[in-house]
Amino acid sequence: MEIPLLFSNEKSGFGLKAQARNALAIAVVGLSFTLSACSVPGPGEAPGGIYDPYEETNRNNHELNRALDRSLVRPAGKGYTQFVPDPIEDSVSSFASNLSLPGTVVNNLLQGDLGGAFQNTFRFAFNTVFGFGGLADPASEFGIDEVETDFGETLYVWGVPEGAYVELPVLGPSTERDAVGRVVDVFTNPLSYVLPSPEKYYGTGAALASKLGDRGRYSDTIDTILYESADSYAQARMIYLQNRRFKLGSDDSSAYVDPYDDPYGDPYADPYADPYADPYADQTE
Amino acid sequence: MSGVALAAMTPAPAFALTADGAKRLVDAIVADINRVIAAPTSEAQKIREFEKIFVRYSDVPTIARYALGVDARRATRAQMNAFTKAFQVYVSRKYGKRFREFIGGRIEVQKARKVKNFYEVRTIAHLRGESPFEVTFLVSDRSGRDKFFNIFIEGVNMLLTERTEIGAMLDKRRGNIDALISDLKSIS
Repeated sequence: MEIPLLFSNEKSGFGLKAQARNALAIAVVGLSFTLSACSVPGPGEAPGGIYDPYEETNRNNHELNRALDRSLVRPAGKGYTQFVPDPIEDSVSSFASNLSLPGTVVNNLLQGDLGGAFQNTFRFAFNTVFGFGGLADPASEFGIDEVETDFGETLYVWGVPEGAYVELPVLGPSTERDAVGRVVDVFTNPLSYVLPSPEKYYGTGAALASKLGDRGRYSDTIDTILYESADSYAQARMIYLQNRRFKLGSDDSSAYVDPYDDPYGDPYADPYADPYADPYADQTE
Repeated sequence: MSGVALAAMTPAPAFALTADGAKRLVDAIVADINRVIAAPTSEAQKIREFEKIFVRYSDVPTIARYALGVDARRATRAQMNAFTKAFQVYVSRKYGKRFREFIGGRIEVQKARKVKNFYEVRTIAHLRGESPFEVTFLVSDRSGRDKFFNIFIEGVNMLLTERTEIGAMLDKRRGNIDALISDLKSIS
């Protein structure tokens, strides 16, 4: 949506409202259609296991992603961390993360997580004012950390099933639910509607740079998974699913909802995640 | 009957481990790891030290057996012993090589609680330039001594990750356990 529309006169403002309502209706219909397509494991399969019916396609995408990483992302990431001084690198990622916060707040609210929404809003205001527009992160010094979330988590909170595991071209490991979440999150950040261009692209640029920085900084760890393991596809799938389920099950936002509702039960409810699979159970021969 | 005699008659491992004991074990691991990282030694020396820590504080045979998965059932005793030793070297190298990520960082031991018949000890790792993240140790005394048998780093656990990796390595070698053992030793 272009900025001039927001300042348009009342008549066309009314038209805009109707337009927005139509757009919303279309989006909701489209979303529910996409979500109903989220595949669910058959009756014989554990909901906490690995559900990967598109393995062949996923493996092709994995090879594509590896080739892309080897030829482009890895060298660029390493170059970025090597040539950009650490303080500037930190500023770029603080800036990107600060600009993404309004979108996170929208998701906090959609999940009914008022505490998280308040904390993130406060963090955004604090860092924007006292952190030079978000280039610095003084809020963290005061323990006001980001309550991380995204639309994939919103869908989880709304009860949408995880769906199949997918490895997306360029974007990497995901699930059907999280893939839908990523698409929707392109539109959840209110700043992208308020900021004029080119300013609204600064955030996107900073986010990309920050991702490159991560690739460079965690180069050894990522290389171990992508290039040193016997089956990098299976390794990436395993690590992604464990980490994603852990974050959905046990982060702050869900703890805020009802602290007396066995806050520890959740992350271990998943049998695959029966992370506490008992290695001693096997030993009774 | 005196308390001492009663204690002598009770099987030692049962109820021997407490939440405090589990927490102390993790405190000791963290202290040892920090000491190795801070010492002015070479990477090769550090990896040898990490192997000692791994053997001292973790239940290596159980972890190795779990990593090998269902194939552990068809392995001979000699193969199991050789695999356990090779696995121990492989794990120490794989994780020990990354000690640099921990320089200047610290791990805070939070709290321990009983889950099923073992203990969960939660810690928070603070590494330079990263937001704090959760590292959880699972501790049991069912090996006969108090040892940890799994570590979770932000939900990613060592047992499952290594079972996937060892399983893939074994598949690549068409299920040949001896080939797997010799290759594990040579991975640097």
